[in-house]
Amino acid sequence: MPTNHDSSALTDSKLSEDSPLHPDRVNRMRDEAIAAITAAKDLEELRAARLAHAGDRSPLALANRQIGQLPPEERKDAGMRLGAARRAVSEALAARQSQLAAEHEARILREETVDVTLPWDIEPRGARHPLTTIQERISDVFVAMGWEVVEGPEVEAEWLNFDALNIPPDHPARTTMDTFFLEPEHAGVVLRTHTSPGQARTMLSRKPPIYIVCPGRTYRTDELDATHTPVFHQVEGLVVDEGITMAHLKGTLDHFAQEMFGSGIKTRLRPSYFPFTEPSAELDLQCFVCRGASVGNPDRPCRTCSSEGWIEWGGCGVVNPRVLIACGVDTEKYSGFAFGMGLERTLMFRHGIEDMRDMVEGDVRFTQAFGWEA
Amino acid sequence: MLVPVSWLREIVALPDSVTSREIAERLVRAGLEVETVDEVGADVSGPLVVGRVLSYETETHSNGKTIRWCQVDVGEGQPRGIVCGAHNFAVGDLVVVALPGTVLPGGFKITARRTYGHISDGMICSERELGIGDDHAGILVLAPGEGTPGEDAPQILKLRDDVLDIAVTPDRGYTMSMRGVAREVATAFDLPFVDPVTDTLREPADSGYPVRVEDPVGCPSFAAVTVVGVDPSAVSPRWLKRRLQLAGMRPISLGVDVTNYVMLELGQPIHGYDRALLRGPIVVRRAEPGEKLQTLDGVTRVLDPDDIVITDDSGPIGLAGVMGGATTELSDRTTDIVVEAAYWDPMTIARTSRRHKLSTEASKRFERGVDSQLQGFAARRVAELLVELGGGRIEEGSTLVGVMPDREPVRIPANHAGRVAGYDIPVERSVRRLEDVGCRVSVADGTLTVVPPSWRPDLRDPNDFAEEVIRLEGYEAVPSVLPVAPPGRGLTPDQRLRRLVGRVLAGAGYTEVLAYPFVGPADFDRMRVPADDPRRRAARIANPLSEEEPLLRTTLLPGLLATARRNVGRGMTDLALFEMGAVFLPKDGAPAAPRLPVDHRPSDDEVAALDAALPDQPRRVAVLLCGERQASGWWGQGRQASWADAVAAARLVADAAGVALELRAADYAPWHPGRCAACYVDGRLVGHAGELHPKVVEAYGLPARASAMELDLSLLGMRTSPVRAPRVSPYPPAKEDVALIVKSDVSAADVEAALREGAGELLESVRLFDVYTGAQLEPGTKSLAFALRFRAPDRTLTDAEVGAAKRAAVEEAARRTGAVQRGA
Repeated sequence: MPTNHDSSALTDSKLSEDSPLHPDRVNRMRDEAIAAITAAKDLEELRAARLAHAGDRSPLALANRQIGQLPPEERKDAGMRLGAARRAVSEALAARQSQLAAEHEARILREETVDVTLPWDIEPRGARHPLTTIQERISDVFVAMGWEVVEGPEVEAEWLNFDALNIPPDHPARTTMDTFFLEPEHAGVVLRTHTSPGQARTMLSRKPPIYIVCPGRTYRTDELDATHTPVFHQVEGLVVDEGITMAHLKGTLDHFAQEMFGSGIKTRLRPSYFPFTEPSAELDLQCFVCRGASVGNPDRPCRTCSSEGWIEWGGCGVVNPRVLIACGVDTEKYSGFAFGMGLERTLMFRHGIEDMRDMVEGDVRFTQAFGWEA
Repeated sequence: MLVPVSWLREIVALPDSVTSREIAERLVRAGLEVETVDEVGADVSGPLVVGRVLSYETETHSNGKTIRWCQVDVGEGQPRGIVCGAHNFAVGDLVVVALPGTVLPGGFKITARRTYGHISDGMICSERELGIGDDHAGILVLAPGEGTPGEDAPQILKLRDDVLDIAVTPDRGYTMSMRGVAREVATAFDLPFVDPVTDTLREPADSGYPVRVEDPVGCPSFAAVTVVGVDPSAVSPRWLKRRLQLAGMRPISLGVDVTNYVMLELGQPIHGYDRALLRGPIVVRRAEPGEKLQTLDGVTRVLDPDDIVITDDSGPIGLAGVMGGATTELSDRTTDIVVEAAYWDPMTIARTSRRHKLSTEASKRFERGVDSQLQGFAARRVAELLVELGGGRIEEGSTLVGVMPDREPVRIPANHAGRVAGYDIPVERSVRRLEDVGCRVSVADGTLTVVPPSWRPDLRDPNDFAEEVIRLEGYEAVPSVLPVAPPGRGLTPDQRLRRLVGRVLAGAGYTEVLAYPFVGPADFDRMRVPADDPRRRAARIANPLSEEEPLLRTTLLPGLLATARRNVGRGMTDLALFEMGAVFLPKDGAPAAPRLPVDHRPSDDEVAALDAALPDQPRRVAVLLCGERQASGWWGQGRQASWADAVAAARLVADAAGVALELRAADYAPWHPGRCAACYVDGRLVGHAGELHPKVVEAYGLPARASAMELDLSLLGMRTSPVRAPRVSPYPPAKEDVALIVKSDVSAADVEAALREGAGELLESVRLFDVYTGAQLEPGTKSLAFALRFRAPDRTLTDAEVGAAKRAAVEEAARRTGAVQRGA
């Protein structure tokens, strides 16, 4: 509240003490106004105080009208006096106004408080299947290295699914015991048993260098149980370029393993047999949970790797030159490597899924746990 | 292949310090899949000893059972009294006694216990109780001199052994023999390997049993040796029987056991014929159509002209390479045995085995290819063992029809293994490793000339030899080098779209499912798909898992409906599901896919012919909703999923693709005939959305008003050109509402389109905000209320301009749809 009004008192005024322009009267009007403003408890009372003390019919306004009736030599002083008083009132009003407005706003906000922990699940939560998101995640690892993602048809010509991959007509995998055949049975059309025909298609349709991954759905005639499903998913990789060796295969798998399971994770190759690769290898992944610490250590058993330190992950090898020949690749100039792994199995050990059926049945409780990215 | 480690140690001089686990580890590193190391007999402990029955008294008890109360010398000075229920022994016999404290297989603990009025101070054991056979008719009686009382019985019985279980990959048939595994073990431990095959005996001969091979392709080599005068009562010695058992085979008779033993030892399956039962010469040929043969398993089989049979004058007496026939089977009267060792064409045996669903120890070996030069030696080895164990003699003369030639040499660059592996492997290492596996190698001018051994039919190509070198040097020696790919193009637009659609739908509250694509006619019935609907012309699986679902889906909806039903059954009734995946649409009159050669690239036309045989496999997206789309809660009542949610989902997908969706009313199963929208893009039908037919909802047991959408992503198309940015006007809008009365069957989309057309370019937006039907309107009409928003890019519109535009809009709506402005 301004309190500098005493300094404006004019000591030699000739005004009668009854005049509304007399300094004492002016000071009193001003003080009454300020007192009323200060006393206003809310914006409503402040509005009334404004009307009474700063309105057109307020004492200070009425006094102001009388300035014209003063002798000219007194008008200036009286005007200054009255002006100062009205300014003081106006400032007091503004100050009180903002104070009360702030209090008002604060009260409203206080009254509007809610329990922010109330659940708001009006919109359903969606989720993508972990088999989808792991395919994307794997694809991203390889796309980041300049590879491309290739998908072929799920119903595939036998020649592309088998013959081109050095699986001859009498191979046991080519029976109805393992493979779904489309009718008529000798039409040479099957549900692909691996994503490898996508690789054959790529070699047939473009020239090396080829750096591709093929994620997708595959089929074998297994009954659904806790560890088998007739419809499953794989990802396979294929590189065909000049001077490609097993060392490149190993380097790629090491990188892939680290991107998926953490830096420092190693892979291990064990000699094995596949018709489409020679040399061939089984691929083991170092256990990403215990990193081998559980081996021979009964105090620290590891459920992920059954305390073996390694997890069987997939198969791989140097592309059999017979496959390259069938697909029209010049084996004098080019060599390649390939690898593949089951995605259901990968998810099972990565996420501790114990029953294959959970990934198959579409129970929303299972899938929703994975959210948007597994 | 089950490999008793004691047998292995007999062939390879492994130091005692090497454990079975170490052997397994080394073999795994060399590429043999040792799945388990079974410590056979490890569960037997305590005093299991040889005993001699000194005397017994036979006692018949009140329960009708007769037992023997025996005094048995177990080497302790004082005999032990033991009750025995068996009667197949005599005083003086050696038996096996489990003394108190012994634990027999299965955790069976032996204690001294009171039985039949005696304290039985142990147990006299049968083969079955010892875990070394099936015989439980009587107790095991040892041969005289097999042991002395008190001696450790497990040692004598060869009760304890470690057995490696090796899963044999198709390329390593030679490891289905002790000979083959031993070679790998010797190499793995850098020990000398002494081949049990000491001679090849490859001179053709016809002085033995007469044999005629009419099919030298199916049977390139057939050896026969005859043994006569074998004692028919001779039984296999304990060591032989035990080895067979540990290797997973059942001892049968001396004759059979010896053939099996040599098969395990050398990998060459052998068949023995009772010569007395043979009628005339042995003839090998393909079966005649309809010909029959009763095999040893008692099954009478109808033969296929592709099967190879061994015959005599009576007809077929054996299914070559798979199983012998019943008529010439060795028996307990057999004294003269014709021993056959043949090489059968692997492919033929594989087909025969598969055709007759008969996989035997013999067929597994012949399928993979046995040693092509072993037939003479193997037959001779069997004959010698028979004579050694069963008496008699080998008849003068032998038969060997057909001799497989040496393998052709293969020439490979000397540095090939290193070039495949990606690190330098010295030539001498390559040579050494190839010699380890049995190759003969010579080096000249940077080239290796390699003659692969007769037992390795898998070694043909340069890379086959490279693998041998690299695996024996150890895969762990291969360095890790990341190859550098040329710049790639990233994901394809189609792949990006599918990711986007998946995320958009998940963001809109849909949960992804991946249903099997197998469907059946019942699905189409439940979905009320008409009999002549093309969706019923689905590709059919010749060997489906379920006869109910032999078809491949032509729509994603059956899988979604079944998944929804499963969830509803489990108590989740508010569902929003989506699936993205291929459907399979057969082409009418599709040709069969050609069988192309593999020795060169097929022509483009041939590749196209492969594709022509396949169904179209477009990718689709579909959603299914039921129950509450928005949940009820403390905020109030929720909202049931409806046809409109399904349409909204279609719009989400179209928006993701950047294309505009046009809707028209449609009547299409499985949707509600009055609540189904056909979805078009640029006039192309891309799918349907709406509420499902109530009968379909009922058939699947879903909550009422379940709704669905299915779009073909491949038909949807995608925005290919960049979005043109709109000009955003800074001038104020003019808002006008207009209510139009139209006939009930006029679609809101048509009225809206007319308003847009009529209003011209000043119209910024139009939005339907109310639909009214009721008492204030004539029956059969409805009122559609639209909010129009006008704006010019360069000025504030005048009332006159706005009024004119609005009038023009209403007039166009009236002209096209018969709309009448309400209250006008």
